[in-house]
Order: sequence, then structure tokens, then C-alpha cells
Amino acid sequence: MSHDHDHGDDGEDGAGAPWSDVQLRVQALESLLVEKGLVEPAALDALIDTYETQVGPRNGARVVARAWTDPDFRRRLLDDGTGTTAALGYAGRQADHLIVVENTPSVHNLVVCTLCSCYPWAILGLPPVWYKSAPYRSRAVLDPRGVLRELGTEIADDVEVRVWDSTAEVRYLVLPERPAGTDGWSEDQLASIVTRDSMIGVGRIEAPAEPPAADGADGAGGAAP
Amino acid sequence: MNGVHDMGGMHGMGPVVREPDEPIFHHEWERRVLALTLACGALRRWNLDMSRHTRELMPAAGYLASSYYERWLWGLERLLATHGLLAPGEIERRMAAGESAAPAAPAAPLAPAATPGLAPLRAAAVPALVRAAGHARVRVDAASRTSRSSTMNGSVGSWP
Repeated sequence: MSHDHDHGDDGEDGAGAPWSDVQLRVQALESLLVEKGLVEPAALDALIDTYETQVGPRNGARVVARAWTDPDFRRRLLDDGTGTTAALGYAGRQADHLIVVENTPSVHNLVVCTLCSCYPWAILGLPPVWYKSAPYRSRAVLDPRGVLRELGTEIADDVEVRVWDSTAEVRYLVLPERPAGTDGWSEDQLASIVTRDSMIGVGRIEAPAEPPAADGADGAGGAAP
Repeated sequence: MNGVHDMGGMHGMGPVVREPDEPIFHHEWERRVLALTLACGALRRWNLDMSRHTRELMPAAGYLASSYYERWLWGLERLLATHGLLAPGEIERRMAAGESAAPAAPAAPLAPAATPGLAPLRAAAVPALVRAAGHARVRVDAASRTSRSSTMNGSVGSWP
């Protein structure tokens, strides 16, 4: 753990902290909790490793690719998001009531948590800073088309925008539209082009001119592995 | 509650800025706060709803001025104090000791009422914790939905 006092210049949604030495404060808290026997350092490391390297948007990309290639799976996913994703092994924290909403040529879905940061961790990993930021939380429900435009996605006037406000109880996953030009692609190839942002509803998926190499599938760009 | 955390529909928060190639954590202390919050939650003295409620008690000016994991840290400290697991001023004393290079102040003993059945999360139990649901069920009362959220197209925002 470094001792850098580097808080306050990180561009997060809250410059100007209630204390300037947050790094030192967290170190003090951790050392106290370890001494009291309330936390085990190895468990802390295991938790960090889980959410930094094991759980992430590649899980969601695999769900989406399966839904694109298996109509029966797609029906079950839209009918029972929790059970259907759990059957793939993506059950758990913050996905115990998962609702999957499908984008179509006439409907675009957008997910937000206006109250805090609710997000399907088991499917997408930890949410990005912008999802947890005051601008997104306040404006996604007020001006979703404007927010989408700022994030690079223009929604035509004749397309309905549906905004889903997550709660501690219910989380959402957007099933994006399968892009044209991907006929005959394998599930792995399809998974490799599914982005995290498309599963939150703030981006569309464009197919590259050439299918990705079958063995190089590593989808859900926009986040670390 | 009608607190500052209930941000849906507020004006004046500025544009949404997306950081290219954003890392999962921006600072080491953010990793530690996430892990400490989950590990302390596994002590089963409070549930996810209580964690959120505690963060929502943060005074509005501080809430707006704080980053995400700073709010988590604020909430965790208060939950620990409320449940007798952290003594008043204990963190500040430890921080002061760290800066003066003096021997660290010993950790205060746990309040007796806080200790029955208290077992720290072990690393071997982390996979099971990660796969478990994060909170107890609570009934959602439709009447408590905020007017701002419930009028939005397709929104099901609610918080009891």
C-alpha cells in the first residue's frame, strides 16, 4: 500500500474531500480492524482480486452473445434474468433480481441508479465512475437523449427511450441489438464485440469489417479484464 | 428520505464525463475501502440496506464534495461506531501516531455487546460471499416512491 497523499486531483465526481489525507485514514482504519480481529488481510486481498480481475463485463458479454445465437436462451433470459444468468454461473452479489431489457429498432433502454450506484456486479463487475457520478444520476432520467448524445450515441426521434432506475432490489442489464454484418459469427466472436457500455445502454455495438479471430475473443471493452 | 442522494432529475450537475480506459480503481485506498466494506458487512451486524441508508445520512454539502469511495468510507466508519466496533476518535489517534512515528495507539477493545458470534471473513469464504445475495429482502412501499422518479417513462425507481 503506497503512502502517496494524492487525493484531490483525480478528476472524480467530488474534488475537495472532507479530509485531505484519505489514504492515511484508510490505512489507520484497516490496521485497527485487523488488530481487533474484525478483518483478515488475506480476505481483503481476495475480495479485491475478485472484483479487479475475476468479475467483469466479459460475463455480461457472454450472456449477450448467447442470447444472440440461441433464441430459446434469449426467451428465458428476458423472462427470468436472474435464473438464466445464474445457470451460466454468474449469480451473486448485486444480481439477485436481474431484469434483462431488450433493445430493438424501436426501443432503446438506458440503465441508471439515481440513488447511488446499484449495478449488476456479477454480470458487469464494478460500475465506472461516470455511472456513479452526480451528472449521470441526475440527468439520465431528466434528459436521457441528451446524456446519450454526450456519450456519443444519437437516438432517432422515432425510437422510444426507456430509462430503468435501479434499486437495491432490482438490477438491469440491457440486451443490445446484434449488429448487422455478424451473420455466421461464433458465440466467442460475438462476445468479443459486446461492450460494457452497450449493456448499460449508453452505446451501440458496431461490427468490425472483419470478424475477430476466434481464439482472441476478449469482449466488453471499456474495462480492465 | 428526500436527501441529496436522491439525484434523479436534479439540475446543475454538469455534463457526464467518461474517462477513456478507466481503471477499476484510481487509488490503492479505494481498493481497501471496497474490501473493508465488504469484509465488515460479512460480520453480519448490518445489511446492504443499512449500509446504503448510512451513506445517505451524510450531510449534503459533504456528500456532493466527496468521491464515491469517500462516501463508502464515511458510511463504514459510522456503521462500525454505531455497532461498538470502533471507538470515538480511534482513527484520528492512529493517524496521529502514524505521522509522528511514535508507537501506534493500541486499538480500543470491542464493546462487549458487539462481540457475541463475531467472526471475521476468511479468505477461503470469499468466493461463497461473492456468489451470495448481498442483502436481506425488504418490502418496497409504492407510496414512498419519489415523485421525480415515478413520473419518468419506464422508471421503476423506489427506495423504502
